[in-house]
Amino acid sequence: MATLTLRDVRKSFAQTAVLHGVDLDVRDGEMIVIVGASGCGKSTLLRIVAGLETATSGDVIIDGQNVTPLEPADRDVAMVFQNYALYPHMSVFQNMAYGLKIRGMPREDIIRRVDEAATLLGIQPLLGRKPRQLSGGQRQRVAMGRAIVRNPKLFLFDEPLSNLDAKLRVQMRAEIRQLQKRLRVTSLFVTHDQVEAMTLGDRLVVMHAGHAAQIATPMEIWERPADTYVAGFIGSPSMNLLPATLLEGGGAARLDGSGLVLPFADGARAGAAGARLTIGIRPEHLRMGQGGLDVMVELVEPLGGESVLHGKLADGTALTARLPGAAHQDGAMGLILPLEFLHVFDGETGKRIEAGR
Amino acid sequence: MASFTDINALADRTRRRQRREAFVTHACLLLGVLIFAFPIYLTIIGSTHDVNTIGRGDVPLLPGGETAANYAQAWGVGGGRFMGVPAGVMLFNSIIMAMCVAVGKIAISLTSAYAVVFFRFPFRMMFFWLIFITLMLPVEVRIIPTIQVMVDLNMTNTYQGLIIPLIASATATLLFRQFFLTIPDEYVEAAKIDGAGPIRFFLDVILPLSRTNVAALFVILFIYGWNQYLWPLLIVNDRSMETVVVGLTKMIGSGDSQNEWNVIMATAVLALLPPVAVVVLMQRWFVKGLTETEK
Repeated sequence: MATLTLRDVRKSFAQTAVLHGVDLDVRDGEMIVIVGASGCGKSTLLRIVAGLETATSGDVIIDGQNVTPLEPADRDVAMVFQNYALYPHMSVFQNMAYGLKIRGMPREDIIRRVDEAATLLGIQPLLGRKPRQLSGGQRQRVAMGRAIVRNPKLFLFDEPLSNLDAKLRVQMRAEIRQLQKRLRVTSLFVTHDQVEAMTLGDRLVVMHAGHAAQIATPMEIWERPADTYVAGFIGSPSMNLLPATLLEGGGAARLDGSGLVLPFADGARAGAAGARLTIGIRPEHLRMGQGGLDVMVELVEPLGGESVLHGKLADGTALTARLPGAAHQDGAMGLILPLEFLHVFDGETGKRIEAGR
Repeated sequence: MASFTDINALADRTRRRQRREAFVTHACLLLGVLIFAFPIYLTIIGSTHDVNTIGRGDVPLLPGGETAANYAQAWGVGGGRFMGVPAGVMLFNSIIMAMCVAVGKIAISLTSAYAVVFFRFPFRMMFFWLIFITLMLPVEVRIIPTIQVMVDLNMTNTYQGLIIPLIASATATLLFRQFFLTIPDEYVEAAKIDGAGPIRFFLDVILPLSRTNVAALFVILFIYGWNQYLWPLLIVNDRSMETVVVGLTKMIGSGDSQNEWNVIMATAVLALLPPVAVVVLMQRWFVKGLTETEK
């Protein structure tokens, strides 16, 4: 049980800057998911917290203690690796006990702790086996068991679900979450999968090009994304982003292609008339009906209860809609943009523009 | 459609062909075995006759009655032109040398490969290339300076003198380096988080993972050490330190001298046994390691 604070963590490999100063406060028992596309620096950040990588500058503070100069073993963290990194020549028991053995714990205590962790994870019958005799899900559990027995201040997960098949991934995702809540261990979880991020995290850190683009709860990120990158990254299918201009008075925007005028439901935006904007609308918020956008639907993906429609506007801008029901067809159709669900972003910087001056 | 008689005829033909093929295959194999095994067979047969049988120029193909006497002489007394060293002593010397060379080479190569692969230190690659370059300098090329060094260090006629110059091995270092490079970084990182230092990691993870390679290399290097000829010939002139490969050639005289071929052949058979034992024993280990390890 511990808190974690990152203060202006930067990292460069030779000339390439990978992290441009990340600040983060993790509360006791919180599960933070670091999510981002590959190459955004999320794994590097995790490895800096673990001590496997040294930050170029900045501090890592665990439980009020600056651990920046400490070795990984002295930071009291446990890590679950993407490939689990179970020692292939050791049995499950030996794998789980190894860290404790090195720390000089008496044998009876080791047996008791491993036993407890194995019971918790339901892997007790596997203790005598070698890693290669285990299935992917079992290896995953053993890797978590190895972390749990240490009873560390911090759990670090480096994309631990990416080697599992889709069904098992959903199951293990739920298991990890339940376990984390039960043990109340402060955790950092790195993933590139936004569904994993949304379902697992108390809060998310959306990383983009070495910055933390937004740090907030999953719902907040979904409802009020900080910029167009986050808006496009979180949510599936991703948010439609349409270029527009701000009208006189800041109370409405005109879409570039169709000329449709959209008054802002929640109040005027600051900015000069004619300023470039990006209007965002999630596919699931679009509704069928006339008087909005005219869309040429090119592909319909039925998902059972609902369908995803891919189409183009008259000027060629792509548009995605998620509509209830399965009976949709290719061809022209009208879609309404409900005004209360619009997101307004700066057309140049991509930053979210809130209502009010 | 073919009738039943046709089918029977076809089946007969297939059977005949299969028999013919089996015959050809076995004939080839037998020929190969003969070519390889016949000299060894002759040696074994030769070691069972008395000195005059072979001395007459006959090549007996059936065992004679002098087995016990020949082997007793070879083991305990020795034979040949200079009534040399008993095979027991020479075998002991050879085993000590081959063992120490193999174990020493593996130990040095394991640790140097470990250093080169898992540690970052200045001139790391330079050290690696220095080791690599020695591949191009076999014992024979550097033999004069090496002898000089051994003489200066008073190491002639000692086991150290016999063994140490042969221990450094670029080949084994290279092999272990390649193997270590295939070990995922995640093991290193997991060990770091588990709190295992470099020596613990080496003993607990690297060594067990390398045991297949160690077994394979041990076989190769033991044979290498066993077969050394030039170096032991030069560094040792005390005959009680002689290795069996050198001793065996010294037993054979040239010119008109009468060679005790029966004793020479008995010694040769004895000299065959340890390498064969190593190959047979380690092979089992080696295969077991192969089937059990998984990365």
